[in-house]
Amino acid sequence: MSGLPILSLAVWVPIFAGFIVLLFAGADRDSPRARALAMLGALAGLLVTLPLYAGFDTATPAMQFVEILPWIPRFEINYHLGVDGISMLFVILNSFITVIVVLAGWRVIESKVAQYNASFLIMSGLLNGIFTALDGMLFYVFFEASLIPLYLIIGVWGGPRRVYAAFKFFLFTLMGSLLFLISLIYLYLDSGSFAILDWHRMPLSLATQQWIFLAFLVAFAVKVPMWPVHTWLPDAHVEAPTGGSIVLAAIALKLGAYGFVRFSLPIAPDASHAFSGLIIGLSLIAVVYIGFVALAQEDMKKLVAYSSIAHMGFVTLGFFLFSPLGMEGALVQMISHGFVAGAMFYCIGVMYDRVHSRQIADYGGVVNTMPKFAAFFMLFAMANAGLPATSGFVGEFMVIMAAVKFDLWIGFIAASTMILGAAYTLWMYKRVVFGAVGNHHVAGLTDISRREGLVLTLLAVCALGMGLYPQPFTEVMHSSVDELLRHISVSKIQ
Amino acid sequence: MEMQKLYLLVPMAPLLGAIVAGLFCRVIPRWLAHVAAIAGVGIAFAASIIIWNDVAAGHAFDGPVYRWMTSGDYVFQVGFLIDPLTVTMMLVVTFVSLMVHIYTIGYMRDDPGYNRFFSYISLFTFSMLMLVMSNNFMQLFFGWEAVGLVSYLLIGFWYTRPTAIFANLKAFLANRVGDFGFILGIGLILANFGTLDYQPVFDQAKNLAGATINLIPGDDSTAVSLMSVTCILLFIGAMGKSAQVPLHVWLPDSMEGPTPISALIHAATMVTAGIFMVSRMSPLFELSDTALSFVLVIGSITALFMGFLGIIQNDIKRVVAYSTLSQLGYMTVALGASAYSVAIFHLMTHAFFKALLFLAAGSVIIGMHHDQDIRNMGGLRKYMPITWLTSLIGSLALIGTPFFSGFYSKDSILEAVKLSHIAGSGFAYFSVMAGVFITAFYSFRMYFLVFHGEERFGKPPAQAHGHAHDGAQAAAEHHGLAPGQKPHETPWVVTLPLILLAIPSVVIGYVTIEPMLYGGFFGKAIFIDGQAHPVMQELARHFHGALAMGLHVFSLPVLLALAGVLSAWFFYLARPGIPAAIKAACGPLYTLLENKYYFDEFYERVIAAGARLLGRGLWKGGDAGVIDGLIVDGSVRVVAGIAMLARLFQSGHIYHYAFTMIFGVCALLSICIWLLRA
Repeated sequence: MSGLPILSLAVWVPIFAGFIVLLFAGADRDSPRARALAMLGALAGLLVTLPLYAGFDTATPAMQFVEILPWIPRFEINYHLGVDGISMLFVILNSFITVIVVLAGWRVIESKVAQYNASFLIMSGLLNGIFTALDGMLFYVFFEASLIPLYLIIGVWGGPRRVYAAFKFFLFTLMGSLLFLISLIYLYLDSGSFAILDWHRMPLSLATQQWIFLAFLVAFAVKVPMWPVHTWLPDAHVEAPTGGSIVLAAIALKLGAYGFVRFSLPIAPDASHAFSGLIIGLSLIAVVYIGFVALAQEDMKKLVAYSSIAHMGFVTLGFFLFSPLGMEGALVQMISHGFVAGAMFYCIGVMYDRVHSRQIADYGGVVNTMPKFAAFFMLFAMANAGLPATSGFVGEFMVIMAAVKFDLWIGFIAASTMILGAAYTLWMYKRVVFGAVGNHHVAGLTDISRREGLVLTLLAVCALGMGLYPQPFTEVMHSSVDELLRHISVSKIQ
Repeated sequence: MEMQKLYLLVPMAPLLGAIVAGLFCRVIPRWLAHVAAIAGVGIAFAASIIIWNDVAAGHAFDGPVYRWMTSGDYVFQVGFLIDPLTVTMMLVVTFVSLMVHIYTIGYMRDDPGYNRFFSYISLFTFSMLMLVMSNNFMQLFFGWEAVGLVSYLLIGFWYTRPTAIFANLKAFLANRVGDFGFILGIGLILANFGTLDYQPVFDQAKNLAGATINLIPGDDSTAVSLMSVTCILLFIGAMGKSAQVPLHVWLPDSMEGPTPISALIHAATMVTAGIFMVSRMSPLFELSDTALSFVLVIGSITALFMGFLGIIQNDIKRVVAYSTLSQLGYMTVALGASAYSVAIFHLMTHAFFKALLFLAAGSVIIGMHHDQDIRNMGGLRKYMPITWLTSLIGSLALIGTPFFSGFYSKDSILEAVKLSHIAGSGFAYFSVMAGVFITAFYSFRMYFLVFHGEERFGKPPAQAHGHAHDGAQAAAEHHGLAPGQKPHETPWVVTLPLILLAIPSVVIGYVTIEPMLYGGFFGKAIFIDGQAHPVMQELARHFHGALAMGLHVFSLPVLLALAGVLSAWFFYLARPGIPAAIKAACGPLYTLLENKYYFDEFYERVIAAGARLLGRGLWKGGDAGVIDGLIVDGSVRVVAGIAMLARLFQSGHIYHYAFTMIFGVCALLSICIWLLRA
């Protein structure tokens, strides 16, 4: 594996596969071939990322599998890729979720099958680009380009109010993106380089750091999303097709959080400390306020979307506690949320495909007609509520532990998720799954097919495996997290 | 090395049984499901006996099984601590579980969810064993939550019943409120000790006895003892799991589940997890008199006030449920009095006689064709002799009849509280003493109404009780005996566990009191600060053997119990008209009891409804109103407004453009002149 450009393969294999699907199976009559090609592409995409874990050196915090080629020499912009213990897992997670998404849309998507699958494959490559880019401009290009497939997925295969949702999403992200770009250009002009690692090392005055931090914050807070710029997410989820929701929750939400660790914290460490109170406050509002809002939801997808926001609140909280436990807890939470939220949206999709409603009130007693499905849904609901032995517990537990160490009251507010998370998740589960058969739609339900069972089993294995044995996930992070914490504990002001 | 494999076998065998019965519940025949599950639990029980012998020979074990996770300087492991306390719990759990497994064959015979039920109770046994065998707080929390999950699944076992799925959600959330405190307590442990493994934490505990924590960060005037805060937070977890006031509300409702699990989970084992946990943490609790007082007072309130509620219940299972609440209060009182070994002793005797009482109640329910209202029973002793005798034994043990197991444990608690000098011990002593009379009264009220007196069954239903049903059939079906039909004794799979549980209910106290309380059986597993809390030494001084204790008949508790039995006989057999008259005379008091002190109303109408209202308010007001309405749509309107304004100029008329141009040139010139005026 020494000679192979693994990261380039991780980025370009899915994109290439996407174009192959479009070229060779573009017409709707070729949809079986489109599905098969897409699955091959997704599996190939996953396969090329596996050497990243196998060949990863856990002892060093340095970037690994680095590739660097000049791209726009005039501005010192390079095609510069590399991963550390923080980003490596997200590349694999993303490639895995792509397989899930292709499998999830197998029978469900009937029109423009090739285009649908190609969008996901191309997006998968672009997302890998975001997680591996070490050049600021390259990152920005991937960051913005990844929005295009997501827009298309919501806009073409979405629900009735997809235009409103896409517009709202656009409005929220536009402002952030522009400020982000300005910051990147400022950093380039100041340092003469677009290399993110150079920016980590460059000294900056506190005032400059604060402006840069705030500009980054606007860009990343929208993506996370943090309170109060979160309202686009429930709308986007509600309108997105199931596959879109899975990718949105599992991967796209991680971009903002990843931005914090790759840009905000190391580039503006003094500002990060100065603004940590603000971020912790916003994170705690996300946990409590959003927890209550989730309780009141009548639409299952909205409920899980709000629950995602609350879970991401734990991620931002963990980052700004500045401790290994908090930081690693946040990263674990990001990965776990990929499995669990992805699975929750898939479960809702399974029911939606049959009943064509997401309203809680339209269900009741699903367990009577779909017992196997109910068992899987129970597992993921419990994972969403943070039950030990599921992945949902690990990150929450670590962040709560770190928060209590930081300050008992911050831990107190954060731990309220124990009650709120269980309340909104299990109350929904009760109304949807338990009880006598609610109506003739529920009475006519058929239990999950083999394909649906396969998707749910894959996700269940991940959620349980990570809950029972999180060590393989955390051990690869240690060096990078320690280095990051050491780095941000040193002032950059000169 | 051999023993370590055996330790691992204990939880793994039931887990394997659960997986076989659960994953293949649609494929395998019923006999295979119960054989797999019973084999798993049977192996665990047999292994526990071997381990008990090994521990009694002085071999303790504390070591990891695997490294769960490392983060920063923290290492989290999954591991076992095998000491006398653990092994006592292992024996109780596996024995009662085995009895319940056998009983289930008879009780759930006609239920379509037979295999699923076996899978759940085996999974429960695994979780409970992981809880008691843990050597660290993280795994303790895992077991803690896992037993909560299985309890949730089993209370809602008959998932089509609205009352069952309401009760299981309520149980889970009430437990989560406790867990909220529990995890904060664990957080304080990790923050201050740097590890979650028991042994290093207990070893360092003394050094932190004087440590304080500021309730308001940075304000030293709000400093309180760190140990007190930690212990009270941990105990809040115990209050959820062991159903102490005010987190007790879920336990009576948990009776919606099938009777075998009421015996196993909601009487003998899971609800005692809190008692076990506090005993395990004795090196921490001993350092805080504040926390011990808190424990003592909460326990006494539970012991006394939950007993009152037992008096007015008419559902056979609910009487036993309130009795369980009250007895859990007794155990908690013992913890508060620093008599941890006494609490575990009562936990053990209670596990046997309460499991017996529940299973006997279940047997009555089968005999009555799933009618649970004791007002429809009476005279059952003729028809169900084994159930009758075993129930009598259970009731006698519960009320503390000399020489029965409950007598030794309860009398020890009473003595311990009497000797305790901690704040609140006066109130506690009154509560537990009054509780003796109340326990005897409600126990024998139920006993007389069920087994003696006039035969009231086989009549047209007097009163329909919406939730008072239990059984294998759907809720809508008619329950109870048809007119003229007689109750019948249950099959051997039901009566055998009753007999096997009746034996320890009688003898276990007499046999084990001396070694468990005064023979140093628990050794280092329980730590007591003998100087600050000399209760156990005092008790030992008064103890002159189990025989002497039993023969000391004319003590206050025995007389109180006797008075309770006689009152119950007088009111419910001799003069059955009196209770109605009392009920009419004490209207408001009766209403208060009937509504269970309005805890449920408060939680449902204020807390739950308030949370929903708040959520709706934040959603409609905050998200939709302020953020979307004002900011998002507002900026849309601003953009649209500017666009509107700009569009006015795009009229297509040349003279408009010309005029605008002239105006613009003039404006620019004016600005230039104004700028250049200096």
